[in-house]
Amino acid sequence: MNGSMINKIANFYIEGFRNMTIGRSLWVIIILKIVILFGVLKLFFFPNILKRDYNNDAERADAVRVSLMKHDNKSTNYNN
Amino acid sequence: MDELISTVDWSRAQFALTAMYHWLFVPLTIGLSIIVAIMETIYYKTGDDKWKGITKFWMTLFGINFACGVATGIILEFEFGTNWSNYSWFVGDIFGAPLAIEGILAFFMESTFVAVMFFGWKKVSKGFHLASTWLTALGVCISAFWILVANAWMQNPVGMQFDPEQMRNVMDNFWEVAFNSFALNKFFHTVFSGWVLGAVFVVGVSSWLILRKSNLETAKKSLKVSAWFGLIGIILTMWTGDGSAVQVAKVQPMKLAAMEALYDGKVGQGLIAIGIPNPDKKPGDNQEAVYGEISIPYGLSILANHNPKSFVPGINDLIDGFSIDDNGDTISTVSYAQRIEMGKAAQEALKEYDEAKMANDTLAMQLATAKVMDNFKYFGYGYLQSPDEAVPPVALTFYAFRVMVFAGSYLLLLFIVIIILIYRKSPYLEHKWFTWIGILSIPVVYLCSQSGWIVAEVGRQPWVIQNLMPTTAAISDIPASSVQITFWIFAAIFTLLLAAEVSIMLRYISKAAKNNIETTD
Repeated sequence: MNGSMINKIANFYIEGFRNMTIGRSLWVIIILKIVILFGVLKLFFFPNILKRDYNNDAERADAVRVSLMKHDNKSTNYNN
Repeated sequence: MDELISTVDWSRAQFALTAMYHWLFVPLTIGLSIIVAIMETIYYKTGDDKWKGITKFWMTLFGINFACGVATGIILEFEFGTNWSNYSWFVGDIFGAPLAIEGILAFFMESTFVAVMFFGWKKVSKGFHLASTWLTALGVCISAFWILVANAWMQNPVGMQFDPEQMRNVMDNFWEVAFNSFALNKFFHTVFSGWVLGAVFVVGVSSWLILRKSNLETAKKSLKVSAWFGLIGIILTMWTGDGSAVQVAKVQPMKLAAMEALYDGKVGQGLIAIGIPNPDKKPGDNQEAVYGEISIPYGLSILANHNPKSFVPGINDLIDGFSIDDNGDTISTVSYAQRIEMGKAAQEALKEYDEAKMANDTLAMQLATAKVMDNFKYFGYGYLQSPDEAVPPVALTFYAFRVMVFAGSYLLLLFIVIIILIYRKSPYLEHKWFTWIGILSIPVVYLCSQSGWIVAEVGRQPWVIQNLMPTTAAISDIPASSVQITFWIFAAIFTLLLAAEVSIMLRYISKAAKNNIETTD
C-alpha cells in the first residue's frame, strides 16, 4: 500500500468524522464505554483468575482439577 | 455451601443481566442492517432519490443502535475469566476459537464497511456503497454465527475429547464444532428472529410518523418493506423454531419436558396452549402438574418428533429411564440415578488420576484416564445429589415458551394485516388506534426475543455444558460480594446506555419528522 492510498483512507475517515452531526455524541458514548470497560472494569474488577493466580498451564490444570473435585457435593435444586 | 450458592446465583444473575441487555442491541443491528440494505438496493435499482433519503434515515437509526451496542458483548467474556474460571478452562479452545474468529473476521469486516456506509455517500460509487451496506449486514451475520457456534457447543458438546492431564476438552474436529446441527439451526433461528425485531422496529417508528401526520409517504414505503421483510422473517423463525424443537427433543429432552411442565409423557402427547404450572409439584409425587390446562391434541408429539403417535417423555420418565419406541414397545434409557452413578465414577477416577500423578505412576494414570473416559458422557451428573437436581426451573421455562409463541403468533398476524391494508390502500393504516398498535408492538417483539433466550438458557439448567458441567461447578472460587458490586455497576452502565440510545433515537426521529426525510441529504 503506497503513501497516497494511506492518505486517501486517512482523509476519508477524518472528513467523515468532521462532517458528523449526530455521530459525535455517539463517538463520545463509544469512547466513554471503552474507557470504562477496559480502563476500569477489566483492569480492577475482572482479572482472569487462573492467569493471575498461577504461572503456567500445568498449574492451572491442577487448580481446576482440585476445584472440580472439591465441588462434587455442591449442587442446587431449582424447583424447591 | 451458602457462600457458593450465593456466588453462583449472583454470577448467574450478572450473566443474565449483561446477556439480556446485550440482546437488546444485537437483534436490532441484525434486522435493521438488512432492511437498510434492501432500501438502498431499491434506491440503486430505481435511481429515485426519495429512497436515498429513506435509506439514510433508517441507516442513522441503525448507527445509533450499533454505537450504543458495540462492545457490550465483551463484558460476557470478562465474566468468563473472572466468575466462571472453571468453565473457561474446562471448555478449552473450543469456546475460544469461535469467539476469536468472530473478533478478528467479523468485527473488522463490520468496522470497515460501516465506515463506508456512513462516510462514503459522496466518496464512493453507488455500487460500491451498496456493496458496503450489504457487506456490513453480512459481517453482522458472520459475527452472530460464531457466537452461536460457541453457544450451541454448550447445548450440544461435540467435536472434542476430554484430556484429564490438561483438565480440559480438546477440539478434535473443528468442522463438527462449527457445523454442529444445533449451531446451524440456532444461527438461522436467531438471525431470522432479528429480522422480525428489525421489521417491527421499522413498523413502530413508521406508525409514529403516521400518528404525527409527518412524512406519510416515507412511513408507508417503510411499512411496506418492513411488513414483507417481517412476514418472511417470522415464517422462517417459526420454521427454524420447529427445527429447534426436534433437536431439543433429541438432545435436551428435559428442557422440552420443562417447557411443557410435562411430568408423565404419553404416546400422542398434547401441547399445552394455556395452563398454570403447579409450583408445588415435585418429580415423582401425585400432585396435578398444570392447573386449567387446555391442550392441542397430539401437538407436542408432532412438535418434538413430527409424528402424532410418538411418545414424548416427561420429567418422571426421563428420571426413571423410561421410554416407548415407535412400535409401542417399552424401552429403557439410562436413568438419572445411573447417570449420577456414572458421573461419580468419572469423578472418582479423576481423583485416582490426581493421586497417580502425584505418585508419578504412569500405569495408574492410564487406568484412571480410561475409567474417566468410560463414564465421561455423564461426567456432570456426578455433581448432583439427586435426580431432582437435573430438572430446570419449570415455571419460568413454561411461561417464557408461551410468551415467545403467543407474541410470535401476534407478530405474524400483524405483518399480514399491514400487508393487506397497504395493498387495499385502506384508511385504517392511518387510524390512531392502528398506529398505536404498531408503536406498542416494539415492546412486544423485545419481549418475544428475550423470552426465546430464557427458554434456551434457563431451560438447559442445571447445565452450563449439557451433561458435562453443572453451573455450580463452573464457578470461580471468589466471594459473592465482589460479584454483587459488579452486578450493580453493570446494571447502572447498561441502564444509562439504554437511556442514551432511546433518548438519541427519539431526538433524531422527532427532528427528522419536522423535515422531509426523503429530501434529506
